[in-house]
Amino acid sequence: MGLFKTKEDMLKVLTRAASKQVYTRVLLPKSLRAFSAGPAPLKMDFSEKVNTNEIKLKNPTKLKKMNICQSITNALDIALATNPNTFVYGEDVKFGGVFRCTVGLNEKYGTDRVFNTPLSEQGIIGFSVGLVAAGGVAIPEIQFGDYIFPAFDQFVNEVAKYRYRTNGLFNTGGICCRVAYGAVGHGGHYHSQTPEAHFMHTAGLTMVIPRNPIQAKGLLLASIRSPDPVIFFEPKILYRMSEDMVPEEDYEIPLRKAEVIKEGKDVTLLGYGASVRQLQMAAKMAEEKGIACEIIDLRTILPYDFETIEKSVNKTGRLLITHEAPITSGAAAEIAAKTIEKCFLHMKAPVKRVCGYDTPFPFVYEPFYLPNRVKIFDGIQELMAYQLELLLNQWLSLIHISEPTRPLYISYAVFCLKKKKNT
Amino acid sequence: LKQVVAKHAVRSLSSITVPLPDISVYRFEKNLFPQKAETNREEMLKYFKAMTFQRRIEIACDEIYKMKQARGFCHLMDGQEAVAVGIEAGITLQDYIITAYRCHGFMLGRGGTPEKILGEMMGKLNGVSKGKGGSMHMTSQKNRFFGGNGIVGAQIPIGTGLAYGIKYEEKKEVCVTLYGDGAANQGQLFEAANMAMLWKLPVIYVCENNGFAMGTSVARASANTNLYARLDLIPGARINGQHIYAVREAIKFAKEWCLSGKGPVCLELLTYRYHGHSMSDSGLTYRTREDIQKVRKERDPIMTVSYTHLTLPTKAQVQISVVAEPLKKK
Repeated sequence: MGLFKTKEDMLKVLTRAASKQVYTRVLLPKSLRAFSAGPAPLKMDFSEKVNTNEIKLKNPTKLKKMNICQSITNALDIALATNPNTFVYGEDVKFGGVFRCTVGLNEKYGTDRVFNTPLSEQGIIGFSVGLVAAGGVAIPEIQFGDYIFPAFDQFVNEVAKYRYRTNGLFNTGGICCRVAYGAVGHGGHYHSQTPEAHFMHTAGLTMVIPRNPIQAKGLLLASIRSPDPVIFFEPKILYRMSEDMVPEEDYEIPLRKAEVIKEGKDVTLLGYGASVRQLQMAAKMAEEKGIACEIIDLRTILPYDFETIEKSVNKTGRLLITHEAPITSGAAAEIAAKTIEKCFLHMKAPVKRVCGYDTPFPFVYEPFYLPNRVKIFDGIQELMAYQLELLLNQWLSLIHISEPTRPLYISYAVFCLKKKKNT
Repeated sequence: LKQVVAKHAVRSLSSITVPLPDISVYRFEKNLFPQKAETNREEMLKYFKAMTFQRRIEIACDEIYKMKQARGFCHLMDGQEAVAVGIEAGITLQDYIITAYRCHGFMLGRGGTPEKILGEMMGKLNGVSKGKGGSMHMTSQKNRFFGGNGIVGAQIPIGTGLAYGIKYEEKKEVCVTLYGDGAANQGQLFEAANMAMLWKLPVIYVCENNGFAMGTSVARASANTNLYARLDLIPGARINGQHIYAVREAIKFAKEWCLSGKGPVCLELLTYRYHGHSMSDSGLTYRTREDIQKVRKERDPIMTVSYTHLTLPTKAQVQISVVAEPLKKK
């Protein structure tokens, strides 16, 4: 042991490190690690109140309990009522949709405004481009995110580039394409994908993902009325699960702004859609260990609001990003690269991405694949313990301890530290 | 039809002639198609057993899905058994089949056992794809069954490519590529059909028209509801898909046509599904219970093979329930 003469020396250095309140990792109990059915969700209240800083309501008391499905129906109703040139269409939309998001709209507005299309996604989106170029507002629906790929060419080559290539003479701003996406527990390969990463590469598109009914209604109305084409991804697992007291009136939430849901000083957690719930649960677990987490809901994935992220990371120094999509080149990869570029010197640990694995979305292995609250909590711990473990790793490398055996020494050091703390 | 069959049913092993229902043709001469089928009692019993077996397995799949032992998406084909058994009867195991996600019946015809199919749905290792594929992705390499494909219409260009491989190796085989009335509006179909006709590939495009694409009827989705006539220069025919002999003879004819180098054929089989599109669809929001009961009474595929002969069906029923017991236990 070249660096330390005695065990007491080593302990002294480590205690000094510990006194700087450096975090040591905790192993979660086995009951939470048995992933065969996924860890059970924590009993938490996810319902929120309207954020009055963002949303200015005329009747703040007129609220109604709705889930995401009903709030989307409400938003479409308002959009169809306020603009007579609005059209809602897609596969099986007329009878209410496979998720019951368009119930009652056909009866109210007629078949020339709310209608079914044949099973042709490329046709649907191409048709929308023409419809909005002629002056309408189109709200096509793609039944599952996995089926958006036949329309990929139309999105990337037509929708995104129309304004640019005609020098602003025409634009596809009237398109707001609603897509039901995300893992649902039993979806398998083709009913659970999250394709936002494929579109993140395309300048000209806007992508918006809500986390609860209040956000869904406001963001959808803002997306429909935005002067840019928007793909609105709806996390289908939350269609019925997420309920809130939603204002019944017409209100919009600004696009291209992320929202800080919870303030904290230790680590920033970033997510969107259904992952925000997992973040909230993990933050609650972390609170019990004394870690104060700041949670940001990204809301608009492209173009994403980097200012909010930068401000938060400069404050906490640690960032954890999560999403269900595979980790390689997912949305987290882009945000991580930008964060390191801009906030490097403020950071206490590298950016941690807790995402799905690089496989097709699995059928039976879904509980193992999804980034759940346990994986996120482990990630938080890794971030918090990074400095201490980095120091230990450096010392161990200096005294030529090989990499495989380092965890043994680190755990011994942590054990001694704890003992010292307790005595 | 029941009366016609009963009239001709002789209690001996002599052959029975079954007259086939009328068909519509497109770019074909109608008299090219056979108007009757030769069969005998054993064959009838074989088809009856096969179709009832498929029906029982679909019902068993329904049960295990409702018990939440199988998850994922489950698309059942009860009511469409004549399509699966009829196609299998008209071709050999050397020919290729590729279909969409309503594939349990085809898997049974190509080497699937109840344990393997139900195991696959439940995600178990003894399943067809070791539990990784689920109800929609069951394949067999030995028996040339390429699944089981989840994305609508994606299997059509794949089937066309398989046919190109067959033609390149100069084998006397065909590739039966099935799709539904919903996929009949996908661009992929027309792209693949064009390639098949251009290069005269040995592919039989079979459209299983069960009247509904998820919740949208054919009339409300397709401008031209003659789905057999949509592939331009490819000749087509509309067959009653609930009549197993009609399906069998049509496939046999189509196979001969393809193997003589005249290029692809398009067959539209008019059939019906009793369940909804999948287990999450009740099937009653876009059609009434009376419609379904009517089809069960008048156009059920198993009925076309059963006689009014009393003892034979009950014997067969007993045999089949004996076979179906093990899968009910799972």
